[in-house]
Amino acid sequence: MHETDMTKALILTVKDWWEAQPERPKISCIHLIVGKFTCVEPVSLQFAFEVQCRNTFLEGAKLEIQETPLIAFCHHCQQDYHPEIGIQYACPQCHSPMEDIRSGRELKIDRVEYCSDSVETHASNF
Amino acid sequence: MHQTFDAALGINLLHANQQGADHNRAHFDEWGITCLNIMSSPGAGKTVLLERTLAALGNELKIAVIEGDMTTELDADRLRQYNVPVIAINTGRSCHLDSKMVAGGIHRLAHDYNPSELDLVLVENVGNLVCPAEFEVGEHAKVALLSITEGEDKPLKYPVMFQEADCLLITKMDLAPHLDIDVNRIVANVRQMNPDCMIVPVSAKTGEGLETWFEWLRVQSDRASAISPQLSLNY
Repeated sequence: MHETDMTKALILTVKDWWEAQPERPKISCIHLIVGKFTCVEPVSLQFAFEVQCRNTFLEGAKLEIQETPLIAFCHHCQQDYHPEIGIQYACPQCHSPMEDIRSGRELKIDRVEYCSDSVETHASNF
Repeated sequence: MHQTFDAALGINLLHANQQGADHNRAHFDEWGITCLNIMSSPGAGKTVLLERTLAALGNELKIAVIEGDMTTELDADRLRQYNVPVIAINTGRSCHLDSKMVAGGIHRLAHDYNPSELDLVLVENVGNLVCPAEFEVGEHAKVALLSITEGEDKPLKYPVMFQEADCLLITKMDLAPHLDIDVNRIVANVRQMNPDCMIVPVSAKTGEGLETWFEWLRVQSDRASAISPQLSLNY
């Protein structure tokens, strides 16, 4: 259940940003980018986020997770391909190993949406 | 009335862990230490491999172990019999070591021993093929173990671990005659995603392959003493 730790990292990072804003805005949504070739399960992340945000400055905020597919580039064939996770990683045409991952390793806080209303919060709870 | 705004952050979720790992690595570099992160599923044979390693190389290399275990010190106690510094870290509910936990271990190592005298720090991670692959702890190289009894498909099912590994030890090779498992299939599956990884079939019981593993360790250890940059960090 390392999604708990991931969520903690997420909340602390957003909190740093939030505290640097003079108006302490109400955050309505956090947009994450999570690659398919990571050890993170979006459903578990959603669950951990909901639980850990209770009674904090993020109470009620939504988490939008955009998953990115695993895409590798085959240098031999000079083209992208989609490895099948759990089945086949080598290039389907020439069977060269998957060496150059172009998409799928992302674990990124992309952006936050917030309203101009500031919020009286319980940031100290986190 | 309120308006909705957007702020771009673009920050990696593991940014804080990564910074901590870089900090740990800087300490290891300062002390001329090579740090290896040793990972596998539970029961693949990490601790017995360390026992064999300490017994064989204990006089040649100055080795310390940082031992991650969820609740007990059973593994740490086994390794202490080899008279090397063993720092036990109980991770509690957490299923992997992170850079902060290992920083705590480094503090204790630096407090109780002289780290400049060490050549090698072996970090035995919590038994788990998933999470440890995502959390760097400050290592210079990653070592994965896969016991032959776990099956040929594991590299395909847990690809991140096997893609990240610099060295893979296929353990319990003494059991191979009793199993319908093709070691070449395991190697081929790893090669699909990691063509450069050093792969060594080993048996802690018969000693098969261990000399190759020790030689790899010697090379890793030499590399660090060759770098040894002049850094000064405050802990």
